[in-house]
Amino acid sequence: MDLANAYAALVADLPAVFSMGVVGLAGIVMVAIDAFRNNHPIIPWLGVGALAVSGAWELTQLGAPDATAFLDTIRTGGSASFVNLIILLSGLATILLLRPYLNRMDRDYGEVYALVMYSTVGMLMLGAANDMVSVFLGLETMSVSLYVLTGLVREDEGAVESALKYFLLGAFSTGFFLYGIALMYGATGTLTLPAMAQAELATTSSQLLFWGGVALFLVGFFFKVSAVPFHMWTPDVYQGAPTPLTGFMSTSSKAAAFAALILVLYHAVPGGEASTVIAVVAAITMVVGNVMALGQTNVKRLLAYSSVAHGGYVLVGLAAGTSAGYSGALFYLLVYAVMNIGAFGVMSMLEWDQKQGREQTLSSLAGIGEQRPVLGAAMSVFMFSLIGFPPLGGFMGKYAVFAPAVDAGLTGLVILGVLMSAVSSYYYLRVVYVFWMQSAEDVDVKGFTEAALPQATPAALGTLVVCAVALLVLGVFFGGVLETTSAFFDAASMASAP
Amino acid sequence: MEVAVNWYLALSAVLFTIGTLGVLLRRNAIVILMSVELMLNAVNLTLVTFSQSMGDPAGQMLVFFSIAVAAAEAAVGLAIVIAIFRSEVTVDVSEITLFKH
Repeated sequence: MDLANAYAALVADLPAVFSMGVVGLAGIVMVAIDAFRNNHPIIPWLGVGALAVSGAWELTQLGAPDATAFLDTIRTGGSASFVNLIILLSGLATILLLRPYLNRMDRDYGEVYALVMYSTVGMLMLGAANDMVSVFLGLETMSVSLYVLTGLVREDEGAVESALKYFLLGAFSTGFFLYGIALMYGATGTLTLPAMAQAELATTSSQLLFWGGVALFLVGFFFKVSAVPFHMWTPDVYQGAPTPLTGFMSTSSKAAAFAALILVLYHAVPGGEASTVIAVVAAITMVVGNVMALGQTNVKRLLAYSSVAHGGYVLVGLAAGTSAGYSGALFYLLVYAVMNIGAFGVMSMLEWDQKQGREQTLSSLAGIGEQRPVLGAAMSVFMFSLIGFPPLGGFMGKYAVFAPAVDAGLTGLVILGVLMSAVSSYYYLRVVYVFWMQSAEDVDVKGFTEAALPQATPAALGTLVVCAVALLVLGVFFGGVLETTSAFFDAASMASAP
Repeated sequence: MEVAVNWYLALSAVLFTIGTLGVLLRRNAIVILMSVELMLNAVNLTLVTFSQSMGDPAGQMLVFFSIAVAAAEAAVGLAIVIAIFRSEVTVDVSEITLFKH
């Protein structure tokens, strides 16, 4: 291929990175505006616009056939668009929820929104990667931006401490992850995911090299999706980070990392050899996440352990190792993103300035449902959906990952998962109980007055209501979405068949 | 004299192990950061070795990206360490324990 043809091919591939381009460009424009008009109020709306446009574009691409672009480095088509849509929508909800929060904290900096955009670009690249270089770059772009966002409130010791922990453990896991890539590259001689599966591992030493690489790669990824035993950073970081950004971290970055893990397992490590390891990790993740959440009194910490547990449910779908399992996991990631963004969004609007308000213990939230009925009702929907209560989205999500696992013969794992969901109803229902059944007079809440609660903006409140309604819709009209996700893997397997 | 590929791989494995032990055993945040950098550079050596021995440039391309990412990580990491030194006046990670399980 000569240079002129190469240029033409690259230009023809540009639509494949439409979202990445729009979001990244918007991030750069936001920094430029911020340089001249410091913290101009248009900056977040620019981000909202760019994310909405990209989301609309991805919506039109949902039915497109699977293909690759930019010399096999990026995947396009249905499954990539679906993941991108999850990431873009949670980014959109995050910015809308972030504005009133940062205003109240007196931290409404333009750079914050730009960093959210850069992080989103990294996630988009990670969720559509077809090459280890894209996986690495996407993961790091996402993570480095998130380290900064975690430590945003510099004066708050908790925020800086959680940023340090997140950074040190994140960078440590990057080392393992990169070493895994290097060993897989050494064994197969390629960095492209489908080509890795086709490489012949003739000698024992090259097989050893490859599986050692896969193991290290998985360790790195388990860190990022906070699977047990690599979850230690999660509760501290989720508790210390600004609340809407915790929601962003726990949904977008998890969706992107899980999507990349699915792509690697599906394209580069087919045959389900990694399935046993993933099943074991899924089992201990569900148990540890749910059991540790039982004793938490801080709601953000409780939700952090709950998010660890939900990572375990997604891993059940991955352990099944079938097309149905992967498509179920994608559906679960969508539902999980909606309910977790919502739950953290509600918490971000129930913070007030005194210490007890910042810490958000269960007792400091007594009777808040009556003070803020819309927030209380939305929180109840999110909690019931997190339990997996029909007819909400969480129920269908769990069904979508558990059913393929039963078909794949992992009945024991699914029974454990269902039992753990029952355990989880204890701590989720406790939040609902505290919100509605207790009143502030029952428990002594210092510094709380009606006026201490931040004023919710219409956009943020609207986002929460939309999330809650979306959960109801996903729980009842799940059929179309599930069909869409399962079509991805059937079509993809046909395309990659020789 | 040609040095066998295995020597390079062994060296990078040793460097990676030293880096890992450094992260796990040292308590100073700056030293931990240095150990992480050592891990990443050990991986770079592995990548270049494989790339050279197979005659495939893709590995060396990844090394360039990895160097850039390591630089970005170091910048952000040092900024976070400075922020924590301002509030806690220590960079000893065993003394930074606000959160409990």
